[in-house]
Amino acid sequence: MCLAIPGLIISISGEDPFERMGKVNFGGIAKEVNLAYVPEAKVGDYVIVHVGFAISTLDEEEANKTLEFLRQIEESNDSGPGNELESGEKET
Amino acid sequence: MKYIDEYRDSATANKFADAIRNIITRKWAIMEICGGQTHSIVKFGIDELLPESITLVHGPGCPVCVTPVELINKAIEIASKKNVIFCSFGDMLRVPGTQKDLLSVKADGGDIRIVYSPMDAVKIAGNNPNKEVIFFAVGFETTAPANAMAVYQAKKNNIKNFFLLVSHVLVPPAMEAILSSPLNLVQGFLAAGHVCTVMGFNEYIPIAEKYRVPIIVTGFEPVDILQGIYMCIKQLEKGRFQVENQYSRSVRKEGNLQAQELIKEVFKIVPRKWRGVGEIPQSGLGLNDGYRQFDAELKFSLSNITADESPDCIAGLVLQGQKKPNECPAFGTKCTPDFPLGAPMVSSEGACAAYYRYRRFDS
Repeated sequence: MCLAIPGLIISISGEDPFERMGKVNFGGIAKEVNLAYVPEAKVGDYVIVHVGFAISTLDEEEANKTLEFLRQIEESNDSGPGNELESGEKET
Repeated sequence: MKYIDEYRDSATANKFADAIRNIITRKWAIMEICGGQTHSIVKFGIDELLPESITLVHGPGCPVCVTPVELINKAIEIASKKNVIFCSFGDMLRVPGTQKDLLSVKADGGDIRIVYSPMDAVKIAGNNPNKEVIFFAVGFETTAPANAMAVYQAKKNNIKNFFLLVSHVLVPPAMEAILSSPLNLVQGFLAAGHVCTVMGFNEYIPIAEKYRVPIIVTGFEPVDILQGIYMCIKQLEKGRFQVENQYSRSVRKEGNLQAQELIKEVFKIVPRKWRGVGEIPQSGLGLNDGYRQFDAELKFSLSNITADESPDCIAGLVLQGQKKPNECPAFGTKCTPDFPLGAPMVSSEGACAAYYRYRRFDS
């Protein structure tokens, strides 16, 4: 049910912020998606779409961190990238 | 496809599996909350890549699975009425109620329509002013913004024949219920990436501290899950219990504030019954007082329907991670996707369906 997939915004229409719609391309299949919850999204951005609504705009820099994380593990001589986990937020 | 293919790359996945093997020194049990993650794990064989000292426990994150039988019975009663159009996501149609499922109501002539989005149901209501149109609003926090928008738009556009049968559930109270159980096995969590995309992860910080468990917000592709497991094992081995975000390409710490605002406008937090588990306080969403006129349970006066679970179905134990699907005596015999006893065998996110579809077991 929480299945959501990334797609590329190819056009945007609608003035009302609650009814802002985008045409989103999912690997060749284009679908109308409600963009009310991603006011920052623009044409050329990738969004995560769930039941017809975009719920986030994907951050390319953050996306690259997964591969960067792996490279750090491989490069480090001990059991991982030091005591600090480099990818993502760290809390508490 | 970008943002999918690179996270399914087998060489990268294998490197993460090697990295996990390099840091692990003892046995650990990690629960993946979301049924979508369970399906990825079983479908891609991620658990088979991992060292045997890691047990992956499948969590309750399948809204179809945790919807109680009595609510399915209520849906069936409403959908059987004349002058009603009953709209639902497809998964709900085959979940068994006490006597039958929604699909058999449809076969008997009920006007039941599978929709892609709750907004489709609002449109159907607008186009059919003489019918009562009900949307079966099941889901976790991920789906709440869409359902909130449907009700909000119905009110704004003065659509009075649209109603929600609400079965919304929340992840953090379910995690606390699992962690407080004396039978709990779980030592670390992979939190559900799309739930956190909407809600952020601030609410997980006190849980990690109180129960001393690492919680890694994790995505859904194989590489995401393996990285989440690596981060979790790393913390467990070092005796740490922090909230970390593996799925940072989609999840921000504060979540999606626009979505949270509309959820708060339309819904309030209520106690909710979970299938096979029972009632968990403050674990669900119900319609706010300003939106009561859209509540199907009030509209159809359904509050008296109760139901017992099937005695042969151990869905409650599976959903709490205390049993694996194949440990159920009915698995694959009395209970199959064609003739399910419980929702986890039906749903595309149910653990039983994942095991049935992707696994082979020696008898």
